Amino acid sequence: MNAELIVFVVLAGIAVLGAVSLIVQRHPIRSALSLIVVMVALAGLYLLQGAELVAAIQIIVYAGAIMVLFVFVIMLLNAGEEERTNLSRVARYVGLPLAFFLMLQLAYWIGRGAPGHAAPAAPETTKGLSQMLFTTFVLPFELTSILILVAILGAVVLAKRES
Amino acid sequence: MSDFIAQHPVVVISLIKVIVLMILMMTALAYLSWFERKMVAHIQSRWGPYRVGPHGLLQPLADGLKFLFKEDPTPGGVDRLTYFLAPFLAMSLALSAIAVIPFGPGQPIEILKGHPTGLQIADVNIGLLFLFAITSLGVYGVALGGWSSNSKYPLLGGLRSSAQMISYELAMTMSVVGVVLLAGSFNLREIIEKQHGHWFGIPQWNLLAQPLPQVIGFFCYFVAAIAETNRVPFDLPEAETELVAGFHTEYASFKFAMFFLAEYANMITVSCLATLLFFGGWLSPFPATARFAWTLYLPAALLAVGAVWLFVDGLRYTTRLGRIVMPILALAAAGLAVVCALPGVMEIVQGPFWFLSKVFCFLFFYVWARGTLPRFRYDQLMAFGWKLLLPLSLANVVLTSAMLLVSRK
Repeated sequence: MNAELIVFVVLAGIAVLGAVSLIVQRHPIRSALSLIVVMVALAGLYLLQGAELVAAIQIIVYAGAIMVLFVFVIMLLNAGEEERTNLSRVARYVGLPLAFFLMLQLAYWIGRGAPGHAAPAAPETTKGLSQMLFTTFVLPFELTSILILVAILGAVVLAKRES
Repeated sequence: MSDFIAQHPVVVISLIKVIVLMILMMTALAYLSWFERKMVAHIQSRWGPYRVGPHGLLQPLADGLKFLFKEDPTPGGVDRLTYFLAPFLAMSLALSAIAVIPFGPGQPIEILKGHPTGLQIADVNIGLLFLFAITSLGVYGVALGGWSSNSKYPLLGGLRSSAQMISYELAMTMSVVGVVLLAGSFNLREIIEKQHGHWFGIPQWNLLAQPLPQVIGFFCYFVAAIAETNRVPFDLPEAETELVAGFHTEYASFKFAMFFLAEYANMITVSCLATLLFFGGWLSPFPATARFAWTLYLPAALLAVGAVWLFVDGLRYTTRLGRIVMPILALAAAGLAVVCALPGVMEIVQGPFWFLSKVFCFLFFYVWARGTLPRFRYDQLMAFGWKLLLPLSLANVVLTSAMLLVSRK
């Protein structure tokens, strides 16, 4: 086994464990912490692929900003432990088989696409990525920015409505 | 064993560097607390630590022992996992940030034969982003510590600090964009090397660089950095008069010490970053010409002066221990001075000497601010961050890019 594979298996294992823990935990803060673990592990996987910038941004934006807000809100509301409910009948007889089917599909397609069908080589440097963002993908980039701006305006309007 | 060393030189070299840097860092943290207490005491016309060792020099050791052996009660009803995780998170993140900071140029030292290596643990392409990633995760230690303590004051302190750190992180990140634009790189080594050279005798550090001096950027960065490290005048998360001790009220013994060390480590990291982003890192303020060749002897000269002072002060010290310890310290300093004047060593010492001198100035400023400034009110703090610092740093980005565009034409 080469070193890269070992690192991949460890990081992927941490990510999967974190994801399972995210669902199983009953306390919101612990779920949020599990999500942070998943994100940091994913950043490690990006780093393994040589995408340094994406890894750094994954940590700065997702783990460092968005999840801090999540944790902040949970702390502010002082949310307690959630009650565990039994699976409803729909979930048991429709949901579980569907979820299983989805997993099979994903496994099949990823397995088929793995060797020889690699994704187009990602630009490795910060410069290459920025150039792609502002030339090839400039329209999606600007549209996303406008979407976020609209969301910010909406948040301001909602917050100001009370007075 | 020797096989392993021959096959994996990088691993061994890194390991040695990590161990050495950790020891140096822990000592520096301990003596930073001594320095702060001494400084603040003198600002307030007191003596500060004086009993344990000459000039209180053994005080950090005594404090460390006290932290280790004190009773460590866990309050009832805490969220155990998070309660224990928080101080570990705070300290490990704070210490790992130091790994990417370069202390000197080139690859001057050879730990193993044939493998010259730099005065830095990891030279990564995204060094600056790595540092910001680490600082942005630093909030969790404080926030989780406050929340898991199951107590009102820590919860309020944790909430305050998360709000404060999110707000000022934005201004801090925006304020260094100007520097990144000037250097065209996230690599800390390249950022420093770009600041090389002089212009009419003025060093081309980013603070004074052409085409646009980064004075605004530096102001925004340093103010935001003080807020980010929760220090006076932005120490609202631990405002004693309102919140007892803020997020670490319920922590005792070594877990408290870990929060304490994390705060000091963050101070050092932030000062290092200020030095290498705006003040030319390891670069000397003097041009490298024959006229200024005497500046190479500055480290040795300063150490020699220090040795003489230690010796004179030691001879007339009041306690017998002081009369023995101080001259020994003086001898050590004199020996170091001689080593620093040796050709070969002299060139290697230059980089770390200038780097650490600049970092020390910032640390002094931190302590000075703590001794003299009153605390902000919470609404003032928020207004200051969002309404002044953020627009200023954004304006700096626009101005710098405009000037770059004009000057390149």
